[in-house]
Amino acid sequence: MDAKEIIARRVAQEIAPGSLVNLGIGLPSLVASFVPVERGVFFQAENGVIGLGARPPEGMEDPDLTDAGGGFVTAVPGAASIDSVMSFGLIRGGHLDVTVLGGLQVDARGLLANWMVPGHMVPGMGGAMDLVAGARRVIVAMQHTARGKPKIVARCTLPLTALRPVSLIVTELAVIRPEADGLHLLECGPGVTPEAVQAATEAPLILSGGIREMTL
Amino acid sequence: MKTAITAAQAAALVPDGAVVLIGGFMAVGSPHRLIDALVARGARDLTIIANDTAMPGKGIGKLITARAARRVIASHIGLNPETQAQMIAGALEVELVPQGTLVERIRAAGVGLGGVLTPTGVGTLVAEGKQVLTLEGRDYLLEMPLKADVALIAAHEADYLGNLNYSLTAHNFNPVMALAATTTIAEPGQIVPVGVIPPDAVKTPGVLVDHILERPH
Repeated sequence: MDAKEIIARRVAQEIAPGSLVNLGIGLPSLVASFVPVERGVFFQAENGVIGLGARPPEGMEDPDLTDAGGGFVTAVPGAASIDSVMSFGLIRGGHLDVTVLGGLQVDARGLLANWMVPGHMVPGMGGAMDLVAGARRVIVAMQHTARGKPKIVARCTLPLTALRPVSLIVTELAVIRPEADGLHLLECGPGVTPEAVQAATEAPLILSGGIREMTL
Repeated sequence: MKTAITAAQAAALVPDGAVVLIGGFMAVGSPHRLIDALVARGARDLTIIANDTAMPGKGIGKLITARAARRVIASHIGLNPETQAQMIAGALEVELVPQGTLVERIRAAGVGLGGVLTPTGVGTLVAEGKQVLTLEGRDYLLEMPLKADVALIAAHEADYLGNLNYSLTAHNFNPVMALAATTTIAEPGQIVPVGVIPPDAVKTPGVLVDHILERPH
């Protein structure tokens, strides 16, 4: 199982039955395939659909039915198409149960940076700032390091997405929960020791006992 | 009743230097024929307010490639390298706005509000130079309305009163943009007789629409 699949499978376990969930572009979007249909979860795409379904078969695409990345999707029975006012009203208004977002950095305070690298990459924040400000739970799904460098740092050096700490960080090495006193290591990836997680993490981790191995 | 106009007539209603709201999300639900007509007219110095600048050769991306814009106010330019290149070269001014804030700034202009208080962006680069108000213990940014000279929107169907409905994820910014410009031009997929769109299905009442683009030939 590769790193991305470990992350997607573990995040999927966090999605409660019947919840409304927004998945970011890229790695977070993989989570949907590990959430069983019978869990009754509705996925929102912020461009305007509640009840996002799988990719349509070739030749069955509707040019007016896409996800936030512009890819063709389907709508499940019971889906609703909405405009941007309603879509962001749901997000900012606290009606979204979970948002799963990618991250460039998360720091010891649990703060996320995921929208620009000054001088290199300025794509824009899209809906990320609203999602972090307004969703009930914010889960960061990202690989633990980038080119060997820790992405979980003492303090973000990249521009922040919001001042609100995220609820949970899931990587291929660990599940980490930010709290007022710091980052608590809850679970380690398959075959990974807490020491190995700390070695790949710049921010200090709190090992408060009862650390489990991820069950996938 | 409104008379359907040609794309060239519509493009002539958008003067150089105008502030233009353009609907669409990554080129889905964008007024493609109106965009083509603006490119054909050689429009210049526009301020484009839109969710994104799509991709080169698609939707609003065509206006970027044609260098029709002097300023862009958008939430995302990541899929259009031309926008980023023009921005870095200093030829294009880009203001990045969180998507939900962009929606509400447009809505505020359209519904007569003096501004919007949002928690989005507090403590980030977005907050620079903006007033922060603390209400009941929570911080909010004061975001100002975004009004435009012209709104170019896409719809699924229009009738000759200008009543509009929309299809699936092609709604996006179109309904709210219809409120916020001095002149609103709608590009429907088809034009139907008055009464065919039932009252409950009308998402944008015709009173907001000044012109309808004629059907493609």
